Amino acid sequence: MDTIQNDPLSILIVGVGGQGTILASRILAGVVLRKGYDVKVSEIHGMAQRGGSVVTQVRFGSKVASPIIAQGQADIILGFEKLETLRWLPYARRNATVLYNTQSINPMPVVTGAAVYPPDAEDRIQSEFPQAVPIDALSLAQKCGAAKAVNVVLLGLLSRFLSIEEDVWLDILRETVPERLLDVNNAAFQAGRNGLLV
Amino acid sequence: MKVLMTGNEAIARGAWEAGVVVCTAYPGTPSTEIIENAATYKEMDSEWSPNEKVALEVGLGAAVAGGRTLVAMKHVGVNVAADPLFTLSYTGVNAGLVLISADDPGMHSSQDEQDNRHYGRAAKIPVLEPSDSQECLDYVKLALTLSEEYDTPVMLRMTTRVSHSQSLVSPGNRQEISLRDYSKNPSKYIMLPGHARLRHPIVEERLKKLAAYAETSPLNRTEEPERSEDQERLEGTRRVGVITNGITYQYAREVLDENVSLLKLGMTYPLPRQLISDFIQSVDECYIIEELDSFIEDQIRAWGFSVYGKELFPTVGELLPETIASCVPSLLKPSLRRDFTAASRGPDSESANTEDRAPVQHVGRPPVLCPGCPHRAVFYVLNRLKLTVSGDIGCYTLGALPPLNAMDTTICMGASIGVALGMEKARGRDFARNLVAVIGDSTFVHSGITALIDVVYNKGTTTTLILDNSTTGMTGHQENPATGVTVRGEVTTRIDLPMLVRAVGVNRVVEVDPFDLDRFTDVLKREMAAEEPSVIIVKRPCVLVRPAPARSQVSAQPPVSVNSALCTGCAQCLRLGCPCLVKDEPEPGAKIRKVSVDASQCIGCGLCVSLCRPQAIVRKEG
Repeated sequence: MDTIQNDPLSILIVGVGGQGTILASRILAGVVLRKGYDVKVSEIHGMAQRGGSVVTQVRFGSKVASPIIAQGQADIILGFEKLETLRWLPYARRNATVLYNTQSINPMPVVTGAAVYPPDAEDRIQSEFPQAVPIDALSLAQKCGAAKAVNVVLLGLLSRFLSIEEDVWLDILRETVPERLLDVNNAAFQAGRNGLLV
Repeated sequence: MKVLMTGNEAIARGAWEAGVVVCTAYPGTPSTEIIENAATYKEMDSEWSPNEKVALEVGLGAAVAGGRTLVAMKHVGVNVAADPLFTLSYTGVNAGLVLISADDPGMHSSQDEQDNRHYGRAAKIPVLEPSDSQECLDYVKLALTLSEEYDTPVMLRMTTRVSHSQSLVSPGNRQEISLRDYSKNPSKYIMLPGHARLRHPIVEERLKKLAAYAETSPLNRTEEPERSEDQERLEGTRRVGVITNGITYQYAREVLDENVSLLKLGMTYPLPRQLISDFIQSVDECYIIEELDSFIEDQIRAWGFSVYGKELFPTVGELLPETIASCVPSLLKPSLRRDFTAASRGPDSESANTEDRAPVQHVGRPPVLCPGCPHRAVFYVLNRLKLTVSGDIGCYTLGALPPLNAMDTTICMGASIGVALGMEKARGRDFARNLVAVIGDSTFVHSGITALIDVVYNKGTTTTLILDNSTTGMTGHQENPATGVTVRGEVTTRIDLPMLVRAVGVNRVVEVDPFDLDRFTDVLKREMAAEEPSVIIVKRPCVLVRPAPARSQVSAQPPVSVNSALCTGCAQCLRLGCPCLVKDEPEPGAKIRKVSVDASQCIGCGLCVSLCRPQAIVRKEG
């Protein structure tokens, strides 16, 4: 078990129901478990996952008590969608690492014209967290052969910010995804890890 | 080897290890995965029951017959099962019976946030509250032992965060336990008044014994700060104690200073009076930190102790770590104090993590019906006809949200038909001509059928739509008696809904595909006009249902597209509330906002194609 910058380290994964945040949190949890850390993961199922705003939380370290992250205490935010990233920023520490997919998915009030999608979402993320890292995970996933692999592209990006060997990630990925989708997912992971579109 | 498990997985594992032979449940978030996991262990006979009352009755029968039993449901399910529960308390069990009540503080997926520990007290049965997955596994085993030792059902109360959080568990092996002897015992199992009068004192005596057990039970433990090194510093400072339970214990551990003494109650009913009073007397001030109601606190105050509780902590919603932190900033870990005390120090204070970044209200993202969902067509039509809609519990409750706005009431499982009948009784036949009850297939079997019998028996004319999507959707696609498959994947007799409905006396029964908008609308108008009860079975499978040929059929369709030249911007299609249809910004110089399709989400169901008058939305060829 290696030492980590904050113990425990808190990672908030946010997105839209159906984007694969739960699978991403499970792969991440598998990776840190393999490295010997104590780990807790919190998910919400049921009504909230039907296209709503979803959040999963992964905390790991020498000993973890709460499975959920208090406001202002997340070390890393991994955002699957711009508006959701913006929404959950108050959960990040001041010096947190913010990684986000530049994809936008319109919520129903925007679809119906009752509200507008914040046109400056990205600017607001960047003004609060100038070091925030954007990635066009949807395009990268599509190039790898499956739009559904957005979650694994984002895990690839996340892997750059955690000092855990690439092999461990690839092992857990192989153990988690169906064999027929392994090549696509490996490519997606590599695209996220190495193909930053900054 | 330690493995990651959700609380729900750990409950199923614990039951299996403890030799449980029968598991019953009705699906309901956050409890659903308990039985889904239990069903993967072949030694246990697991079932989806038609409702929670039946689940507990089957469980009761299994336990009385001598087999260890697990019964699981969400908090509101216990309302349905309350009738057998209270009498089961009197009869006691034979082999152990554990009732899992999965409560939902914060109402992530529920219509209320009732605190089911009150049921334990009202039914006079013990209540255990685990705080992580290992405790889920350990407590379910211990609960079965207690159940047999004290001849009582045991409630194991979970909350959403315990059910759906994963933490490390050390799984063990299964202990095979032979069935306990069964013999006829009328004075114990036939609750005639004369027998019940004999049982009640036994129940009261049992509670006293359980309270005595709680004094020394490993379920309740104190965690004292390590005083050795800091002993001197501690002398003279006020000693603080916190009494807590369930997930709140983990939050308290997370945010509170290590010098705080904790009393963790794994058993919250009955409470250990001596243990608690010793703890309170060992500290200078004592806080009770519990989510939802002041259940522990009320009992402690009734004993005459002065403690801090709900005057500091909210009764409403989840008691999150940040909420605890902001309620008792002086008790926090030094590293957190700065982050959570900014509010009290005013806007000019030194920077803090949360408070100077006041939460901005962003446009919300309410849940929506999935692309291709059969319910969308139903609620589109109900909205267009401006009907009064008595709704029910399921995915289709989302038909209440904009732009569909097609629901007037949603109360509890099965309420739609009875509520519609009541409306008709109060406001008369004319009102009922524009009134429908809407209920899902699984919900109808759960508890809608009895209200339909009421409609027939008491001469109502209610029109009931049974939305038959061939699954239990909202909880994640569970089988039910109308799907013809069991939780273990075995094919079984499938309830014939039209035949069932006719059998209770409904003469007007029609099946219709909601995607045939014209026919559906005609049928609806005709049946609402009829002077007798009717049932419209609105039949189309859930787009996510698996394994279903329907899914491959539907998803085989390519996404639709908009011929921009033909789109007039009438926005009729946007009334469907489909997340795939996007209102574009007007082209330069134009006022009209045309519509385009998000091809990454669209599954080509074609509903928008059928109502696009300018025929701008088209199916892509090949």
